[in-house]
Amino acid sequence: MRPDDRHYTKTHEWVKATGDTALIGITDFAVNELCSGNEGDLVYCDLPEPGRALEAGETFGEIESVKAVADLNTPVAGTVLEVNPAIEEHLEVLSKDPWAEGWMVKLQLKVKNFDTSEMMDAAAYEAFLSESAHS
Amino acid sequence: MKQTSLHDTHVALGARMVEFGGWSMPVQYASILDEVRTVRTTAGLFDLGHMGRFRVSGPDAVALVDRVSTNHCAKIPVGAIRYALLCREDGYPIDDLLVYRDPDEVYLVVNASNTEEDLAWIREHSAGFAAEVDDLTAATGMLALQGEKSVEILQPLVEGCDLASIKYYRFDRGTVCGLPDTRISRTGYTGEPGFEVYVPTAEAPCVWNEILAAGEPHGLKPIGLGARDTLRLEAGMSLFGHEIDAEHHPLEAGLGFAVKLTEEKGDFIGRAALERLAANPTRRLVGITTPGPRVPRQGHVLVAGDERVGEVCSGGKSPTVGTNIGTAYVRLGFDQAGQALELDIKGKRQPCSVQDLPFYSRTRK
Repeated sequence: MRPDDRHYTKTHEWVKATGDTALIGITDFAVNELCSGNEGDLVYCDLPEPGRALEAGETFGEIESVKAVADLNTPVAGTVLEVNPAIEEHLEVLSKDPWAEGWMVKLQLKVKNFDTSEMMDAAAYEAFLSESAHS
Repeated sequence: MKQTSLHDTHVALGARMVEFGGWSMPVQYASILDEVRTVRTTAGLFDLGHMGRFRVSGPDAVALVDRVSTNHCAKIPVGAIRYALLCREDGYPIDDLLVYRDPDEVYLVVNASNTEEDLAWIREHSAGFAAEVDDLTAATGMLALQGEKSVEILQPLVEGCDLASIKYYRFDRGTVCGLPDTRISRTGYTGEPGFEVYVPTAEAPCVWNEILAAGEPHGLKPIGLGARDTLRLEAGMSLFGHEIDAEHHPLEAGLGFAVKLTEEKGDFIGRAALERLAANPTRRLVGITTPGPRVPRQGHVLVAGDERVGEVCSGGKSPTVGTNIGTAYVRLGFDQAGQALELDIKGKRQPCSVQDLPFYSRTRK
């Protein structure tokens, strides 16, 4: 079961808010789509510079595997406070622990109570994945 | 989506299936990079059931193939194979293919995504030729065994054919896994020695399983299209839709060896245009290597200072070379080995340098 302390998007990002900041990452499903469980096939992750202001839905970076490149989008608006330094050197953290160690960016939220109407909780995301797998 | 007769076998092996040329095909069974290493060090088995296969028969079979393709079919010895292209009148390619010269007919192997278009094109140009073109794709399964262990693995399953004696780009027939008169060619798309075997569709799973079992002690593994792409890129082999497309002619693609502009070849579709294009080269397909983290990808622009001088066709992380590699069309003047350029990846620059193809070559015996 995926952690239920955060919101999930249909494009397989997660956002975990604490006060007026939030961590953004991608789900285990997104990581697996890129590397099929072979963490060595992840080759690069491009993350933004701190200080950059992002709108909800904006692409903040890219993640690349041997066979594909995927955009990284933020589900919420905010300013980049930090990016996870562990990712650049150790992409395998995304595969090992996409929920805690594998966070990507920390945002200063533009709106503390951001719009979650298009997002899902863990159970709904689970249902969304199994629905997509059978369609 | 079409499926080869090995579809369920791939799924049972844990393959990740993707759409390729209208077919559901295995992109990988394990790590793509590990699969590349497996083929370079031992051997790999590939399902190529998706590729298009035609038989051209009749008294004018050779003449028809010579009319529609760029290589010189009449000069191919029986038992040999040549690489060729099908071009439009303007000299730009519709597809690339292998031409097998059988005693009384010609056998063609084309790209999956172009099979129907190629068939229609060849038939459309067959008026006046006493020749017939049959599509054998659905009836045929095709497996490739590639790697230095391939003879060792396959020979015990073959009767009536000495595999080691088949030279590069030659073929023979023998009994494979009990299937008589099976076409076995010393061809491949990896840069390694190996064979491609053509069997009846329904027999492909049985042959696949027998080869896999026989090869297991040697380290043989099933290999997906992901690794196949890296292997062919390392070996400097072009892929339709990347190095070869309707915007790049075969001469700038470095495929002049397959375009016979000799007198005895005679006229063929696209010849006049190719002669004009040969006289006015503007760019050339080259290799690029980059020390940076980003993998060159199709469509990335190459710049020299602020000047756009080329565009990437293919790219990959190369476990064999140990760096990220790619192919690109580069304007003449910027195409020499060692030329420093930059990749423009969505506005971010990464250094790269031009290198002659191929990146990898095993000395052929």
